Amino acid sequence: MSIGKSIKRVDAFEKVTGRAKYTNDYQINNAYVARILHSTIANGIVKSIDISEAVKLEGVVKVVTCFDVPDITFPTAGHPFSLDPKHMDIADRKLLNQRVRYYGDDVAAVVAKDEITAARAVNLIKVEYEEYEPILSIEDALKEGVKPIHDDYPDNILAHSSYEIGDYENAIKEEGLIAFEGEYETPTVKHCYIESAVSYAYEEKGRTVVVTSTQIPHIVRRVVGQALGIGWGKVRVIKPYIGGGFGGKQDVLYEPLNAYLSKIVGGRCVKLNIPREENFVSTRVRTAMKFKIKSYVRPDGRFVARKIELYGNKGAYASHGHSMVAKACNAFKQIYQDEIATKGDAYTIFTNMPTSGAMRAYGIPQITFAVESHVDEIAKALKLDPIEIRKLNMMKLGFVDNGIKCYCNGLEECIEKGKKYIDWDNKIIEYKNQTGPIRKGVGMAIFSYATGVYPISLETASCRIILNQDGSVQVQMGATEIGQGADTVFAQMVSEVLDIPIENVHMVSTQDTDITPYDSGAYASRQSYVSGMAAKKAALKLKEEIIAHANFMLKLPLGNIDLERNCIVNKKTGEVLCSLEEVAMHALYNKEKSVHIRADITNQCKSNSFSLGVCFVDIEVDIPLGKIKVNKVINVHDCGKVLNPELAAAQVHGGMSMSLGFALSEHLIFDKKTGRPLNNNLLDYKLPTVMDTPHLEAQFADTYDISGPFGNKALGEPPTIPVAPAIRNAILNATGVSFNTAPFTPQRLVEKFKENNL
Amino acid sequence: MAKVVLSCTVNSEPQQIIIDDRDSLADVLRDKLHLTSVKKGCEVGECGACTVLINDEAFDSCIYLAIWAEGKEIRTVEGLMDADGEISDIQQAFIDEAAVQCGFCTCGFIMSSMPILESDEEYTRDEIRKQIAGNFCRCTGYENIANAVEKVKEDRMNNKK
Amino acid sequence: MYDIKKIYKATSVQDAIKHLVDDPNALIIAGGSDILIKIHKGKLAGCSLVSIHDIDELRGVSMQDNGDIKIGPLTSFSNLSKDHIIKRYIPVLGEAVDQVGGPQIRNIGTIGGNISNGVTSADSASTLFALNAMLEITGPNNSRIIPISEYYLGPGKVDLKNGEVLTAIIITKENYEDFTGHYIKYAMREAMDIATLGCCVTCKLNDQKDTIKDVHLAYGVAGPIPMRCPRAEKSIIGMKISDEMFNTLGKIALTEVKPRTSWRASKEFRLQLVEELCKRSLKEAIKKSGGVING
Repeated sequence: MSIGKSIKRVDAFEKVTGRAKYTNDYQINNAYVARILHSTIANGIVKSIDISEAVKLEGVVKVVTCFDVPDITFPTAGHPFSLDPKHMDIADRKLLNQRVRYYGDDVAAVVAKDEITAARAVNLIKVEYEEYEPILSIEDALKEGVKPIHDDYPDNILAHSSYEIGDYENAIKEEGLIAFEGEYETPTVKHCYIESAVSYAYEEKGRTVVVTSTQIPHIVRRVVGQALGIGWGKVRVIKPYIGGGFGGKQDVLYEPLNAYLSKIVGGRCVKLNIPREENFVSTRVRTAMKFKIKSYVRPDGRFVARKIELYGNKGAYASHGHSMVAKACNAFKQIYQDEIATKGDAYTIFTNMPTSGAMRAYGIPQITFAVESHVDEIAKALKLDPIEIRKLNMMKLGFVDNGIKCYCNGLEECIEKGKKYIDWDNKIIEYKNQTGPIRKGVGMAIFSYATGVYPISLETASCRIILNQDGSVQVQMGATEIGQGADTVFAQMVSEVLDIPIENVHMVSTQDTDITPYDSGAYASRQSYVSGMAAKKAALKLKEEIIAHANFMLKLPLGNIDLERNCIVNKKTGEVLCSLEEVAMHALYNKEKSVHIRADITNQCKSNSFSLGVCFVDIEVDIPLGKIKVNKVINVHDCGKVLNPELAAAQVHGGMSMSLGFALSEHLIFDKKTGRPLNNNLLDYKLPTVMDTPHLEAQFADTYDISGPFGNKALGEPPTIPVAPAIRNAILNATGVSFNTAPFTPQRLVEKFKENNL
Repeated sequence: MAKVVLSCTVNSEPQQIIIDDRDSLADVLRDKLHLTSVKKGCEVGECGACTVLINDEAFDSCIYLAIWAEGKEIRTVEGLMDADGEISDIQQAFIDEAAVQCGFCTCGFIMSSMPILESDEEYTRDEIRKQIAGNFCRCTGYENIANAVEKVKEDRMNNKK
Repeated sequence: MYDIKKIYKATSVQDAIKHLVDDPNALIIAGGSDILIKIHKGKLAGCSLVSIHDIDELRGVSMQDNGDIKIGPLTSFSNLSKDHIIKRYIPVLGEAVDQVGGPQIRNIGTIGGNISNGVTSADSASTLFALNAMLEITGPNNSRIIPISEYYLGPGKVDLKNGEVLTAIIITKENYEDFTGHYIKYAMREAMDIATLGCCVTCKLNDQKDTIKDVHLAYGVAGPIPMRCPRAEKSIIGMKISDEMFNTLGKIALTEVKPRTSWRASKEFRLQLVEELCKRSLKEAIKKSGGVING
C-alpha cells in the first residue's frame, strides 16, 4: 500500500546528484543563441527600426523586427482549447509587436553565434517610437477619452462579469443591519521560479521541435502551431525537468518566437535563455487587484447581504483573460454565504503594465486578502471573536456553487488545530491593552479553493501504463511534474491499485508531445485530482488486462484470481499462483497468444471539490522601525486524504513562504511616469530568504473526499492563500491599525503608525 | 579576449582546460566539464544555484572569473558521490527530509552546506540558516532544507565525539 | 561569459600600477561582485580590466608595532569576520561585514572593493567612518595616506587617480582602544540585501561606566556618501547615560543627515531610521562597554 505513506520523491536522487537534466543542461553543438530587444517605452508604436549596425557585427546570423514577423495573432493562456468561439482565449499577441503596450514589449530579436554578440547586437539596434501617454493604473485606463491599448477594447475593459444571488438592494433595507465598507489592494508580484524561462528550438524532418521549461507542453504545441500558422502536428514539444513554475509557466511564453527564430535560420538550433531581469517583466506577473466590499451584518455577526466590486490590472496582453478576476469574484460568494443576498462585479482592465497571468492560486490569494481583512474589521467593530464570526458564516458541507461542491468539510477541524497550536484564547487575553514600541498580536484567516477548472473549462487527462517483462511498469502522464511532487503521487497511485512495490513503478518524467498522451498540464491544483483519476483508471485497466492474461496462462476460469502483492493469487484462498513477472513474460513471449499488456486511458473529469484551510499567526511589531517578526505560523489544510504526508507538508511550507513574501515584502515596483521596472532582479525584489522565514508548521484535517481518486482534493496552490491576511489581522490585533494594502513594507507600516499616533 | 589554459583540480581530478578568459567558472564547469549540477538562476550572484566550493569555501561560480581558479581545488555535487555510486550523507538527507522539490536550487544548497558540515565547530540552527542564506528556494520555504542540514551536522558532530 | 574587452591578471601591486598606467581606461577588479554584475547588466560591457584578485600581499590583517591595525584591502568579508585581531580589537568591523549579502558574497567580496565603488550603502563604510580609518593609496610614483572621509568624492566616485591602487586600510590605536561599537544594518531582508540605512556607533565610557567619554556616529545611506554626525557626537560627550542623552543624539543627528527619496525608501522613512537606529546602536555599544541602560 502506497497511498498515505511518505514515499520518497521518485526524482529526488536525480536531483540531489545533479543528474536531473533541465532545459539548459542539454548540450547542443553549435546552437545559435537569441536575444530579444524590449521596448523602452510603455505605450506607443514602433515607427522604424534601424538594424544596419547590428547586422554588421561579426557573429550575427539574423536580426528580425516587428515589421518582419507573420501577421498572425495568437493566444498564450494555458487553457484547454475551446471549440466554442465565444470561449476562446483572446488572440492578441504577435511574435514581435509594432504596437508597444508595456515597457519591455518585444520589438526585435537577434540570432547570433554566441551570447555576447547577441547582446551587443541588441544594443546596436535603433528604434524610433511614436510615444503615447503610458496608462499605468486601473484608474487611468478607465478615464474618458483615453486611447485604447487594444482597438478591440475601446474602454480598456477586457471583460466585466457580474452575479447577484437574492435581491441585494431589497436585502439591505432590513432594519437593524450594520453596514461595513472597505477598500483593499494587492500588488503585482512575481513567481520567482529559480529556473528562468528558457527554451531551444530546431527543425527535424520538416517539423519544429521546441524543448522548453513549461507546465503545459501540449498547449505550447498548439500555440506554436497557431502562432506560426502551421499544422499542430508539425510541432513537437518536449518538457524536461523544470525548475519551478507556480503558474508562471502556465502560459506560452517565448516558445513561438523561439520556433520562429529557428525557422528563419533554416531550422538550425536556436537557444533562447530569458535573463532574470527580463524574466521579471516580460513573462507574466500576478494580477494586482483592487476591491471594494460592502457588507450588511446583524449585530450577532451574521452576514445578510454583501457586495463586491473587483478590478484586476491585466497589464498589456490578455494572457489568461478575465478568468483570474472572475474566479476571485466567485470566491467571494463561496467561502461565506450571506443569509439573503450576494452581489459581485468583476472587471479586468488593460493597462501598460507587464502582462498578468496565472500565479499560484489564481486570484484567490488576492480576494482572500480582501475578504479576510474585511471580516476582521467587522469582528472588531462588533466585538466578536474573529473565529466565531467566521464559523457563523462560512461554507457548510454540501454547499454547491457553479458546479463546485463541498464534498467534505474539515474547516472546523482546521480551525481547532490552528487555534491550539497558536494558543489563541490565551494570546487574545495576553495581547490586550499593550503599550510601548514592541507589540504582539495574533491573527487568522480561512479560505476555500476549487480543485481544477470544471465546469468552466474542459478537464481531461490521460495516462498510459506499459507492463515490462519483470513485472514493473512504465507510467506516462500527460500531466507535468514541476516540482510539486506529481510524479511521486502518480507512482503511489499506480502502485496502490496494482499492489506492486513503488520501485516497480517507473515514471516517465519528461513529457514529449510526440509520445506522451494528452493532458492540459500542471495548473489549478488539478494533477492529483483530475490526472490522478486517469492514473487510477489506467492502473485498474492494466490490472484487468494482467488478470485476463493470467487466466489464460493458468487455464483458469474467469473471476477467481486477483493481483496482490506482486503476484497472482487465488481470490478465495489467497494462495499464490504465480508471480506478476511470470505473467508478464508469458504475455510477451508465449507463441500462442502474445499480448503487449498496457493501458491507455483518458479521464474526463466532471466534478470539482472545494479544498479548505486556515492560517494562524503570532507576530511581534516593532513600531518605530516598521518591522514585523513572525513568531509562529501554522497552516492547516483540508485537502481530503493526504496522499503523501511529508511531501504534502513540504508543499504547504513553500506556499506559506510565498504568502509571507506577499504579506511583508514582495512587490514589483515601476517608475510612476514611464512604467519602467525598478526592482526586476532577485536582490531588489524581496522574496524571503531562509533568514526571513520562521518555522513553518503544516498540519492537516482528517477528511476524505468521495469525488477524488483516493479521497484527495486540491493542495498544490492553497497553502499560498491565507498567510498574508492572517498577518494583516495580527497587526490589527497588535496595534489596532488596519492595513488594507499589501505588502506591509516597513515604510508603509511606519507611515501608518505615525498617522495613527503610535 | 584570449584563449588561455586553466589548470585546476575539479572533484579531485587535475584538469587542464582551454578556456576563454571572459568565462565565468560556472561557464567552464557547465559547458566544458558538463557538470550540470551547477545551475544558472540569475548570473549575478543573487540566487546561489551555481554555488561550488573553491578551496573548501562556497562561491557563486557565476560571478567568479574562471581565470581566478588557476591552481585551485573546485568541488561540485558530482564530486560527492563515491566510486561505487554511494551518495553522501547530505544528499541522502535532502531526499529523506523531503527537502527537494523542483530541484533547481538543490545542488547549490548542498554545496553551501558543505563548509558547515566539514567544520569542526558546532552550529546552532540560526547559524546554519545564516550560512545557507545566499541561496534562494521558492518551493520549500527552506523548512526541510534547514532540517536536512541540521540533521547531518548533528550526526557528523556526534560521530566525531 | 562576460563582455570584457581584455583582462590582465596582475601579479603584484607594482605590476597592477604599471598596467593601469598603460591602459588609463582599465578598471580594477578585485572580488568582482560589483564589476562583473555591472558588466552583466551592460553598464560596463566591453570594458578593460586589471585583476588584482591574485595579489596575496594585499590580503590579511596585521598589528603594527605602534598598535595600529592594518587591513589588506583584498581581505574578504568572511576572512575579516574570522580574523583574530579583528575579533579581539575591532569586533564591530567584523560584525558589520558579516551582514553583507550572503555567505558566497562574503567569501568573494573584499573590504577594499566595498569602499572603492563609492556606494553609500556599503556595509563596511559607516563602520570604517566611525573608526576614522586611514587609507594607504599607492601610485606610480609614491604612496599617500588619507582619511576615509576624504576618499569619497561623491556617489560612485572615490579619490583613486589613474594608476593608483588602494593598498591598506589602517585603524589607528586611538580609534579602537577602549572603544566598543555596534552596527545596525536596516534592510528589507535579513540576508541578501543592501542597507536602507546603516548605522554604526562606537563609544568610550568613563571609569564609572555611566558617562559618554567619546562617541563616533556614522551612517550609510543617510546622504550621498557615508557620513559622520560630528555635532550629534559632541552634544552627548560628557553626558550621563540617560533617555535624554539618547534623544539628544537622535534629534541632532537628524539635523546633520541628508537622506533622499528613492524608489527604495522615502526621505521621511530614512529620517525615522536615522533617529531610531543611532539610539539602538549606541545602547548596544554602551552595553558592550559595560555600561548600564536605564539605571
